[in-house]
Formats: sequence, C-alpha cells, structure tokens
Amino acid sequence: MTEDRGAPASESIMVVGGGISGLTTAIEAAEVGYEVFLVEKNPYLGGRVSQLNQYFPKLCPPSCGLEINFRRIKDNPKIKVFTLAEVESVTGTPGDYDVSIKLAPRYVNENCTCCGDCAAVCETKIESDFDFGMKQIKGAYQPFEMAFPARYVLSPQIIGTDDAVRCKEACQYDAIDLEMETSTLNLKVGALVWATGWEPYDASKIDNLGFGQYENVITNMMLERLASPNGPTKGVIQRPSDKKDIESIAFVQCAGSRDENHLPYCSYICCMASLKHATYIRERYPDAKIYIFYIDLRAPGYRYEQFYKRIKEDENVFFIKGKVAEVNEDPATKNITVVAENAVTGEKIHQTVEMAVLATGMQPTAANAKLPADLTYTEDGFIINDFEKGGMFAAGCANKPADVVSSNQNATGMALKAIQTLVNR
Amino acid sequence: MDKKYGVYICEGCGIGDALDMKALCDIPGEEGVPSKTHSFLCGKDGVALLKKDIEEGTNTLVIAACSRRVNFDVFRFDGCIVDRVNLREQVVWSHPRSEFPALTEDQKGDEEHFDRLEMLAQDYIRMGMAKVKKIDLPEPYKLDNFSRKILVIGGGVTGMSAALDAAKTGYDVTIIEKEALLGGNAVNWRKQLPMQSPYEELISPIVVQMIQEVESASRITVKTETVAARIAGEPGNFVVTLKKPGEKIEFDVPFPIPDEMKVDEKGKELNAEQLHEKFMEYNEGKNDILSMDPEGEAFGAVILAAGWRPYEPEEGEFSHLGYGELADVVTNAQFEEIAKKGKIARPSDGKEASSVVFIQSPGAGEDDSDFEYAGSVTSLVALKQAKYVREDFPEGKAFLFYQHMRTPGLSENFYKSLQQDPGIFMTKGQVTSVSKNGDGLIVEAENTLLGDKIQVKADMVVLATGMVPVTKDDPVVNLAYRQGPGFRDNALFLDYADSNFICFPYETQRTGIYAAGGIRRALTVEESMEDASGAALKAIQCIDSANRGVSVHPRSGDMTFPDFFFQRCTQCKRCTEECPFGALDDDEKGTPKPNPTRCRRCGTCMGACPERIIGFADYNIDSVGSMVKSIEVPSEDDYDDPPMRILGLVCENDAYPALDIVGLNRGSYSAEVRFIPVRCLGSVNVIWIKDALSQGMDGVFLLGCKHGDDYQCHFVKGSELAEVRMKKIGEALSSLALENERVAQFQIAIDEYDKVPQIVNDFAELIEDLGPNPFKGF
Repeated sequence: MTEDRGAPASESIMVVGGGISGLTTAIEAAEVGYEVFLVEKNPYLGGRVSQLNQYFPKLCPPSCGLEINFRRIKDNPKIKVFTLAEVESVTGTPGDYDVSIKLAPRYVNENCTCCGDCAAVCETKIESDFDFGMKQIKGAYQPFEMAFPARYVLSPQIIGTDDAVRCKEACQYDAIDLEMETSTLNLKVGALVWATGWEPYDASKIDNLGFGQYENVITNMMLERLASPNGPTKGVIQRPSDKKDIESIAFVQCAGSRDENHLPYCSYICCMASLKHATYIRERYPDAKIYIFYIDLRAPGYRYEQFYKRIKEDENVFFIKGKVAEVNEDPATKNITVVAENAVTGEKIHQTVEMAVLATGMQPTAANAKLPADLTYTEDGFIINDFEKGGMFAAGCANKPADVVSSNQNATGMALKAIQTLVNR
Repeated sequence: MDKKYGVYICEGCGIGDALDMKALCDIPGEEGVPSKTHSFLCGKDGVALLKKDIEEGTNTLVIAACSRRVNFDVFRFDGCIVDRVNLREQVVWSHPRSEFPALTEDQKGDEEHFDRLEMLAQDYIRMGMAKVKKIDLPEPYKLDNFSRKILVIGGGVTGMSAALDAAKTGYDVTIIEKEALLGGNAVNWRKQLPMQSPYEELISPIVVQMIQEVESASRITVKTETVAARIAGEPGNFVVTLKKPGEKIEFDVPFPIPDEMKVDEKGKELNAEQLHEKFMEYNEGKNDILSMDPEGEAFGAVILAAGWRPYEPEEGEFSHLGYGELADVVTNAQFEEIAKKGKIARPSDGKEASSVVFIQSPGAGEDDSDFEYAGSVTSLVALKQAKYVREDFPEGKAFLFYQHMRTPGLSENFYKSLQQDPGIFMTKGQVTSVSKNGDGLIVEAENTLLGDKIQVKADMVVLATGMVPVTKDDPVVNLAYRQGPGFRDNALFLDYADSNFICFPYETQRTGIYAAGGIRRALTVEESMEDASGAALKAIQCIDSANRGVSVHPRSGDMTFPDFFFQRCTQCKRCTEECPFGALDDDEKGTPKPNPTRCRRCGTCMGACPERIIGFADYNIDSVGSMVKSIEVPSEDDYDDPPMRILGLVCENDAYPALDIVGLNRGSYSAEVRFIPVRCLGSVNVIWIKDALSQGMDGVFLLGCKHGDDYQCHFVKGSELAEVRMKKIGEALSSLALENERVAQFQIAIDEYDKVPQIVNDFAELIEDLGPNPFKGF
C-alpha cells in the first residue's frame, strides 16, 4: 500500500447534531480516515428521522438506514459519540478551534445491558417528547428499540425521588449512578459541521387552525408517531378524541409555512409528507375519504411526480387548491370543519371530517436558540455557509429546508468541506 | 493461525436464570474446548477474564451472551476471531420459560419430554463453535498498482465544482469535456438563479469565474474534446482510454451481446467459448474488456458529471401548444439562447418580444404534471426568464401558467420576489391551446385563478421543458465490465444515473463511480455544486478505502473479499452475471476475473456458485454449512414425538435486527427454528438448504429485504436473486420427494418486527402439518 497521505490528519472534526445529516457527515468523514466527534443533545442518535414511520417516496422505514449507519459507527473507532451533549462555546479560527461541551447526566453508565429491570420497578410516568406527549413512559426508559447507544436513561424528573433509588436497587449490574453530574469536556478540533436540524413549527401559534384547542386536530409529525410500529398506538391510527376508526380526514398544507405571520419560506417536505400520509391512511382504511388542501403541490422531479400521480389515482383522495382559513370543531361530535376558498372556482368550502392533520413546517433549531459560535444566519435562523472563511459549516436542515435525500447529499459534501479545512491549514 | 479456542457464556440478563449453564458448558467440554461462565461478561470483571485468557493464548472466542448488535466494542479483541452467540435476544428473551418450560426432575431423561429452550441454546453454542473453526482473520487486499487521481467526466458546473473540491483536498484531477470549451449548459445562460440568501436577485453566471479557477488550479488537468472510450480495471486502479468524440478506436468499449445471440439456431444456449466468439464478432474492431490499454491512464475513482441536455420535443408532441408549428413557441433552452444574445426578439420576424407566456405544465387533459424531466429548477427557470422580459422592456409583460408552482424551501423567496412585480402575472391554469393571432400568438387557458377561461395575447410562448440526463442517450462511463458499459437499471430512474437509496444517495451499482448534478436529477446550480462536493468526498473515500484494502458502503471497513478456488470452476458465468456490482469479468473461457475493489462483499457470487468455490475469510460455504450441520436434529430414536427443526437464514442488515427487537420487546416465537445471519440473502447458497434438509431438518426459510422497484436490499439485488434461486430449488425438492413448501422466503422491513413471530410461527405450523422430513434419522 502506498502511504496514506490524505488521511489520517492530526486534527479532528466535530459534528454537532446526530440526526440523519450529522450522522452522514460524521460517518462519511470518518470513513475517509478522519477522527470525528459526534455531539448530540438527545440521549440517542437519529434525530427527526427516527421519529418517522416511513420515508417518501419509497415508503421504507428510516430505521433501516439508521441501523446501517449505527453499524458503521460501531465498526469505526474513529467516531466518538457524545449523547446528552451540547456545545457550550467555540473559540478559535478555522483549523484550530477550542470547543467546550456540556454533558448532561444520563444517570446510567456503560454497564447497562438494556435488560429493563429499572423500568419494571419505576413507578413514575413521564410524557414522552419523542411521541409529542401522546404516550406516557416510565421515568427509566430506552428512547426506542433500535436506539443507539443501546442504553437506558433516567429522566431528571425522577432524580431525587424514591423511584430513582428503586431503579438503582433493581439494577443487577450497577449501571445506575445517581451521583452523575453535569460535566464539561474541552476538545480541540480543526473544523465543525453544524447539523443541528429542525423542529416542527409550534402549531399552537397558528390560532386559526385549532391545534391545542380541538382534540382531533393533530400535526403531521404526530401522525408519523401514530403510524409508527413503535409509536404510542403501535401503528394504529384512530381519531384522538374517541379512538374511532377514521372515515374522513383532512390535511392542511402550509400550516404556518409560506405565511408571513409564521414561516415565510416553504418547508420543502410537507407536500410529499402529506401524500405519504395519505398512503398511511389508505393502508389502514380502504374507503376513508382523504382531503388535501394545498396552495401548490410541490412534488418536483420525476420520482416525486410519480408518487403524486399514484396518489391521485385514488378516487377517495380529494385535492383542493385553497389555503385553509379556519378550522372549527363541532363540540357534540368533535368533528372538524375545515374552511377554505377553492382558489380556482372561488367556491367557499366547508369540509367536515373526523380529524385534521396540520402539515406544519420545519423551523431551524437555531431559530429559537442561537448557537454559541461565530455564525451568520438568515432572518429565519438558517445558518449561512461561508465557504471563503471555512472552518465551520452547516449541513442539512440547519442550512435550509430539505428532504432526506438532499440533506444527505449536502451532508456528504460538508464532510469534504470540513476535511478541506484540515488539509489546507 | 494456530487457533486456541475458548467458549464464554454469560449468565446475565436472565440467561443464567433460564438455562442450565452446566449443560451448556458440557458442549465445548465434549470437544475438549475450555469454557467459562460469568455473571456479567460485558462488565469490567467479565472483560478482564476474557483479556486474561487472550493474554494466555486464547485467540478464537465464542462469546455466548447478547446480540452482536450490542457491546460490539466491548467484545472486540484485535487479532482474535470472535463469534457472538445470541443467547439473550434470540433465546431467553424471545422464549419465556412460561411458554417453554424447563423439565422437572422426573421428565429428564425420558423419551417423551424435552426442553425446547435448552436445546435451542445448546444448538447455538454448537453453531458458534462450528463457525469459528471454519473462519480466519481477514487480510486486506492490496492493489498492485494504485492511483489517487480522480477522473471527472463532464466540464460543466458540476464537474468543475467537483474537480475544484477534490483538488482543494489535495487530489489530482483530470476533467474530460466532450465540447471544445469548459462550462457546459451554463455558458449559454444570460443570468443564473440566486445561490444564497435572500434568494431574490438573479446573478451573473458563476460558470465564468469557475472556468478561470479550474484553468489556474495546478492540480487540475483539463482535456476538452475528450471522452472516455473505456474505463477498465477497478477502484484504485481504473485504466482509462481517452479519445476524441466520434473517433472509432480499438479500445472503444464493447457491448454485451443481445439475448437472442446467446442461443444457437435450435435455441440451445451457447457455451462460454462460443459466447465469447459471438461477443467478439458483435464488437468487431474492438478489444475485449480484459485487454488493458497499455497507453491507458490510471485513476483511482470517477465522478460522473456529464450532466443533461435540454429536452427536444418530438414532432407533434405539444401540438396543442403550437410547438413545432409556430416559430414563436420555443422551449426554455431556446428562449435562454435568445435572451443571451441580447434583447428578446422573436424567432419568426426578429421583432421585440415584450409579452411572453411561460407554460410550466403541458396540461393535456386532467394531467397536472410538469413537463417530463422537469424539477423545481424548471419552475425557477420560468421565473428567471420572466424576469428577463421585464429587464428588457419597461412595459414588458410575462405571464406564467403553472399547475403547481414548484419553488420549494428557500427558493420560495425568489418566487415571492416576482410577485411584487406588476409586469409579471402568474396563475394556476391548464393551457388548452396556443394559436396564431395576426403576427402574434394567443394562449387559451382554463381553470385559472383569474377566471374559468382566459385568453392572453403574446409575442412568444415558452415551454418549461425538462432536463434530460445524457445517460439517456449513451452509457457515458463506458465501463469495460462484462455486465456492460453503463449503470444498470437506470430505466427505474427515467434514465437518470440516480441511486435508489434515500439514506445513501451516492450508492449505485458501480463502486468507485459517483454521479453528481443534472445526470442524477433536475437540479439548480446551487444543488449541483453541493452534490459535486458529496461525490468528490465519496470518490476520495473510495480511493482511500481501496488503498487500505477495505470495502466501501455498506460493509465499510470490511477487510474480507471473495476468494476463488479456480481449479474447480466450471465456467458457468453465474457469479459474473449475478454480481449486483459488476465486480467480476469472465475471460474467453468463462472463468471469472475478480476485481476486489469493485466488490461490496455481499457474497452474492458465493450464493450463486453451483461449485461452491467462492468464499470469504470469515464467511464461506463451509462456515455456514458447518453451522447447519452442527444443529442436532432429534428423531424418533430420541423421542416419541421429536420436535421439528427449521433453519432460518436471515439478512443480518434488517431481518436480524428485527428478530432482536422481538426479544427486546419480550415477544415469542417457535423454539424449533435455528437462525443463521447472512450478509445478504443473495449470499445464500442452496447447498445450505440441501444440507439442512438432507440431515433431516424439516423446513428452511429465508428472511430478508423487500425487492421490486422500491427495493430495500442494501446490495440492490440480493433478496431478489435469492427468490429466483428459491423458486428453482422446488424442482430439486420434488426429486427428493420433498414438498416445495418446505422451503420459503419472506420479505420484511426492519420495522416489521411485530410481524416476525407470526411469520415464524405460521411457517412452523405449516411444516408441522406437512409432517416430519422423511430423511430424518438417516
């Protein structure tokens, strides 16, 4: 073999965010031969996609690709993963950064075997953020079955209670450490890639669409959890108020997106996501009526267009071009009426359905909390990449709204940009 | 290596509570292999125990504990062979004692009762021991010649961008461009879409600056008026013959012969040598793929950035829109050319065209699709061109008819910036006709936002036609591969050189060749440049992986590669034909020539080989076959009513994790099934199935990924090929007077773990109904 001069470099790369973009950047860079620190604030890797039931347009489970990516991490000692970790500060210049990372306590150490004895004795139940509060889970939990790292976590809510002590006593492997404290870790890296991802836009801010007021109005991400085999209902989709099978459902596109009062941009994925959701409903209810209210159906390119065409063939899926003006509930039946004006015919539509799904958009994580580094942002909180300056880059939805394929293309490219910083130092 | 064995059985996580540890230890004991148990093998003390034994010479370990999906790092010992026997997830967690009771003292030793769970665990220990005997530590494959240079095909924005990116990372790059000048389509543009926030204003095409950068980059060599006649060899050592476009040379790539030439007049299949003869006849004047060009240039990896060409409507294709009949109806590419020349003038008479209609969807009938090969970029280009009209004429008017304005993400800003312009009118609408109106045109549309039926007068009409990947016309990469010169299965992607993987967009069926830009999808410049960076990374990664002697995705880092025992090869060509990655080229006699760095280590060749001469250091016919043979098959000699034995060959990527999750969720399924993980169902050799049945096992099933157009197989073809083989095995079974139903294949996705118990139990029930295998006990 000739000398490996491309790699490994003496320096390393930090990737902030362990969602699909961050995973991609981290693994792709490590497989070139660079040392990578992957920093994730949740107790697990996988980010938003781990909450999804299926990807459009293939309708394949995200856990399939995640499992391969986790295996690539397991097989590659060059990647160091930190979960429950957040970057506190970044100082320095391209090629030479000092990063301080805050590690929150997991209260469970590497002895954990995922046997589940702690959860069995834990009495406290907490709301699962992973399931958008639709499920109560034990205060000692494994985030989801295929979670990486495969280790339990204790909710801070049970720390200091008898429950925590019970969990500790139940553990045969001395894996629970209630004395764990927040700690700080300082690392030197040559480049950083911010793959901090997105959050679903807070639907309760959209007053006219009834979320948070009416039980049978949910968001698209909540529907993903309902459809997931590991979700709160194990994949059963029923209407929330009375667990009734669904005969009619409406999808409200651009719920917050393309709206100057909320998110002025298009969130890229919601049209395709709702088309995919129509397949979730159809798979479970062969005759349910599905109404999709949209401004434009953004299914660009041959693959998405083909998918859209397939959904259009279903005679019980109705597409209505019109922005939804309001969503009301009949208090007696808990049915939902979606009010919109058909933009083509001018006709005012009052469509009553059993439940409605708001296709809420994506907001960059940095919109609500700026990152502790010298970065520039768009007005909406997306990180602007400055390739001239180099050193720090944004990948995936931290940079712009995108689907998974585009995010992964982008994230792979950002691995190269990070490597260039090291090479050219 | 001199193997010193050790079996280590963990008692933790309920294993010790459910199983008789002494009985398990007796199994290695019978063979004189030392065994140890530990209450918590993955803990500090447990690992210390293992390390101590390793220090004392143990180098081949069977660790019977949890799934290999967990504690991967804890049980990794350099220089040691380690096999993980999954007693936790796939034995005790998925077979609760409440359902699978242990024997009482009275029942032990009688011929009526048996402990299904104990038998399961014991078999798995036997299988682990059998396996480690048959495997070795891998040694990396070393290329004799190795090149770090990258070949970029296509000198447009994508190709130049990839080249610059690779060069900045320290790699030498050669760009080949078939035209006389660099720049590709972008040099014909007046302006370019914005590339960064706020995405509002058009910019000067960046291609101009990029050409300068490329021309002054010391690591980049540019060869214009050059195409790849052939790319032979393999990643790390591609041997490339370049030529002028249109030239005919002996190193032009040969094409595989069509199917009808593969048989003689009587319809009989030709043998390998006859096939080769036909092949050479068919490719007269060209050298065979295996004759290397001595003048060829070596490259480590290839970036395919040959791009797209504007769609050219066929005659009469859009006659309702007047295309082909009315001179002033043009495509977006034609309009761009006009705009590039100066003030927009219409083709018919050169008169200024200050009123232009842009049509985004052909709009025949109910169809609201965009033009074929369109994307969001074609919506954006219509908007861009509408701005040209406004730039050129203060009173100019641009009308856009769209079905769906496809400006996703931040490109919405550009759309919005046009909405403020009083001279740009945009509406959803279905254009029904374009016709002549004096010396101008009249456009009629229905179902618009401005009225049910409207008419617009215009000087010109522009169709937002698509961007056709050049791979539609030509393989471009011209690979000197036995399977053929292009990417396979591009028809699935409308001839784009795209990937079918959402998670892994650079993975195609040809290792070391990474497509980027418009050849993959209709993309903007911004998107193409991002894609170019990604492809450059993958090219670099592939080169460095080849240099280290390890596989690329999805078995990244795997050092094993297929080894052939050629003396027994019968030249049947199946391995060459079935390899999803075209890694094998057979010679004129049909003997395969492996190209290890093209290989992705799925083992499909091993599964295909009827002579069983292909194997990997740690995964081969014998290792799996020995596992199968080590399974104890109880017969009526042992018990009055012996339990069945079923073999489950499971895909380690998706089905195996799904089985683990069943255990994690404490589900349960039949204890008569013995699972063996396989790299891919494609690697399953039918001999394993025959072995299982001939030793009296009652049934065999394969559990793996979904196939079809939306295949989920990580190796593209594996599960599909396995299904073909399973269908063929039916004949072999009938000759043994065994029912076809005894062998089956099931498709599951990784998240369908809830369905696994039912699949397993239903199959077990079916086998139970068929009754025992008549070979049992013989």
